[in-house]
Amino acid sequence: MGQISLTQVTKSFGATEVIPPLDLEINDGEFVVFVGPSGCGKSTLLRLIAGLEDVSSGAIRIDGINATQLPPARRGLAMVFQSYALYPHMSVRKNIAFPLKMAGLPEDERNRKVEAAAKVLNLTPYLERKPGQLSGGQRQRVAIGRAIVREPKAFLFDEPLSNLDAALRVNMRLEISELHQSLKTTMVYVTHDQVEAMTMADKIVVLQAGRIEQVGSPLDLYRAPANQFVAGFIGSPRMNFLTGPDAVAVGAATIGVRPEHLSLSTTEGRWKGRVGVAEHLGSDTFLHVHIDTGNSMTVRLTGEAALKAGDTVYLSADPQRIHRFNANGLAIA
Amino acid sequence: MSTAHSRAAAKAMISPAVLLLLCWMIVPLSMTVYFSFLSYNLLMPGMEDWIGLTNYEYFLTDPAFFAALSNTLLLVCGVLLITVVGGILLALLLDQPFFGQGIVRILVIAPFFVMPTVSALVWKNMFMNPVNGLFAYLAKFLGLAPFDFLAHAPLLSIILIVAWGWLPFATLILLTALQSLNPEELEAAEMDGAGSLSRFFYIVLPHLARAVTVVVLIQTIFLLSVFAEILVTTNGGPGTASTNITYLVYAQSLLQFDVGGGSAGGIVAVVLANIVAFFLMRMIGKNLEA
Amino acid sequence: MARAVSTRRKLAVTLIAWGIGIAIFFPILWTILTSFKTEAEAVAMPPSFLFFDWTLENYHEVQERSNYFRHFLNSVIISVGSTLVGLVIAIPAAWSMAFVPGKRTKDVLMWMLSTKMLPPVGVLIPIYLLFRDFGLLDTRIGLVIVLTLINLPIIVWMLYTYFKEIPSEILEAARMDGAGLRQEILYVLTPMAVPGIASTLLLNIILAWNEAFWTLNLTAAKAAPLTAFIASYSSPEGLFYAKLSAASTLAIAPILILGWFSQKQLVRGLTFGAVK
Repeated sequence: MGQISLTQVTKSFGATEVIPPLDLEINDGEFVVFVGPSGCGKSTLLRLIAGLEDVSSGAIRIDGINATQLPPARRGLAMVFQSYALYPHMSVRKNIAFPLKMAGLPEDERNRKVEAAAKVLNLTPYLERKPGQLSGGQRQRVAIGRAIVREPKAFLFDEPLSNLDAALRVNMRLEISELHQSLKTTMVYVTHDQVEAMTMADKIVVLQAGRIEQVGSPLDLYRAPANQFVAGFIGSPRMNFLTGPDAVAVGAATIGVRPEHLSLSTTEGRWKGRVGVAEHLGSDTFLHVHIDTGNSMTVRLTGEAALKAGDTVYLSADPQRIHRFNANGLAIA
Repeated sequence: MSTAHSRAAAKAMISPAVLLLLCWMIVPLSMTVYFSFLSYNLLMPGMEDWIGLTNYEYFLTDPAFFAALSNTLLLVCGVLLITVVGGILLALLLDQPFFGQGIVRILVIAPFFVMPTVSALVWKNMFMNPVNGLFAYLAKFLGLAPFDFLAHAPLLSIILIVAWGWLPFATLILLTALQSLNPEELEAAEMDGAGSLSRFFYIVLPHLARAVTVVVLIQTIFLLSVFAEILVTTNGGPGTASTNITYLVYAQSLLQFDVGGGSAGGIVAVVLANIVAFFLMRMIGKNLEA
Repeated sequence: MARAVSTRRKLAVTLIAWGIGIAIFFPILWTILTSFKTEAEAVAMPPSFLFFDWTLENYHEVQERSNYFRHFLNSVIISVGSTLVGLVIAIPAAWSMAFVPGKRTKDVLMWMLSTKMLPPVGVLIPIYLLFRDFGLLDTRIGLVIVLTLINLPIIVWMLYTYFKEIPSEILEAARMDGAGLRQEILYVLTPMAVPGIASTLLLNIILAWNEAFWTLNLTAAKAAPLTAFIASYSSPEGLFYAKLSAASTLAIAPILILGWFSQKQLVRGLTFGAVK
């Protein structure tokens, strides 16, 4: 079991309110990702759930039990830290066994569990090494191993992949997703990277300035962002926003079109412009187009495109795919 | 960064240290303040009378006080001058590449680990003694009359002995600071056309400023309380020629058993040290933020 | 950054540096050499440098006549004892300040440092009288108490600067893993801080070993550590150079060796982390 619910939770550091009253339900077995720009309060929120910080008011329930006042050790949660936070003076075996030792398990049982976890995580050859002798990815696995051996109610991940290089990050992302599928334990994952959020989450919680902007499945957020912030944050390259006559024409203050929903022609279309920079990725081509009305837009084309800077192009968009926002940035249904 | 649990634990864990130091500071110090207002001599127990500021009056108008005050200042400043200038020069030397750097470094810092009573006695007897000391031998060898250091220049002799012990400290700290200087800064200055002297004055010396301040302030704390060196070499004499404030208070209270007068002197010493401490705290406080 | 230095220059620097190094070390060297001479040779003119009849007689006599070993033991007990007691008090305090810093943490640290600046002579009389009344004069326990208190601020500060370098995430990980406060300090913090704790220990033993205000004023014969023992040579035995040298050599040798090992930490400890 691993069902977490936050009711009217707030957090202030001195006079500054980091998290205004917030409600959130995390269901058992769900993979929930907190995403938002740095400083949005997502890590603080995770630490509140972990018990590493006190809530200023409100309640946290884990499996229906009020855990607001419980110390971290007694909440039954495991956490993987950004820096991995491995114990540098202990071998990999002792690192993974530490929570079991704290729980008072006998040594043979500890060893059995550690070896089982090591096998799952491909760490068996490294059990007697110290963390300092491991690569970044291996350290990451040790941190995960330390979390899984104690069979927690939920896993908390605090930007676990941000210290890895790009290739490794993609790998670990997959491994964590697979781990979730095989363990089916609740996972709460904090990241500032919307790609991680989109690829891993069952449910994404988009945060800004301590407030929840939107909660939903990755595709919900992609298709129907509740506001301009979520629209701009989810999706890569970023959604194009236009103001002025184009927006007024459809009764909005701002309209947004995703780069992949623009179609391009060299002869006719809704917007006429000139190609500024063309980024050729092979699988995709991103064109940054300066529109004659003064705005600029990014277009995503599949495959290779024989366009270069200075070429004149015409862009159009399917009206169904145009997002409309009012003056407060809220989506107009 | 913390929860109510950990804050409560932190308070509990820090309190023994705080309480002990608080007692150590307040109990004896308030006793000293109290004694300083009494006419209190250990040879005449039961005769303690409240005499107000009389002890301070006597202590502060005693010619010995002025001698001790100026000796204290001379001692502190003399040692500081020798150790800081010598320390910078030595640090610059030891920072150069040469054979046996590690061994020379060990030789240079050794005096710091010599206990004050040993260094004072060794210097007094084996070097500065006018009959059998090495200096006397050297003087005779050069055809000069041996000089009785401790009789004719007691304060200077003590300054030299103390400086010998603190020179390694200054050297070590300045050398550490010197090694933290980014060599690219020097190379940039060289590219800009700075000669070695200008590099020293415009790059190296400013870089050492913080370390020099630290050396000066920390040594000052210890130098204000120089005691053992005086006790075993001159006993403050001849007359008061090598008496500093610390030794004067010691002599008054534990040799003449004048608790009242000694306490007044002790409080004066505390006030003087506080003036120095004030600057030190500000300095270290700044470094704490950095 | 390392650039080629001409060999000639390097040789010149070597010569000067060794000359100065030996000159600074010379009083110690001379003391050690003299300790192996006979009294007659010790004051012989011209002094003999290496070519004399080496003898261990002085060491023997220092032990026989003034019971060196007992004072050595006093020094060990007082310096190690006060340092260990100090560590036991300081580790929790430093943990608090490094990992649960509050608004006043900095003030507390500065205040602790300020107690170190209290000139000992300002509290000499009350301490002396209190010691007399509580029967602590000339006892080891009395000196352990005083030296613990005067070095406590340095111990706390040094540990604090070392603890600060340990990422607090690791301690939080221990908390998540189910460790209580005691386990967190015992199994995670202390083993990680071993190098820092060791150098704190070393530096404080050195400071306590060489402390020569309280040890001189609060002891007589029984509990006198080596500082006070050597002071008794000030006259007239001091004129027996060979014996003075032997006693001095014995008094400084252990700490000289410890000191050489801890030279790097020394800088940091004595500058309260301001110079690293």
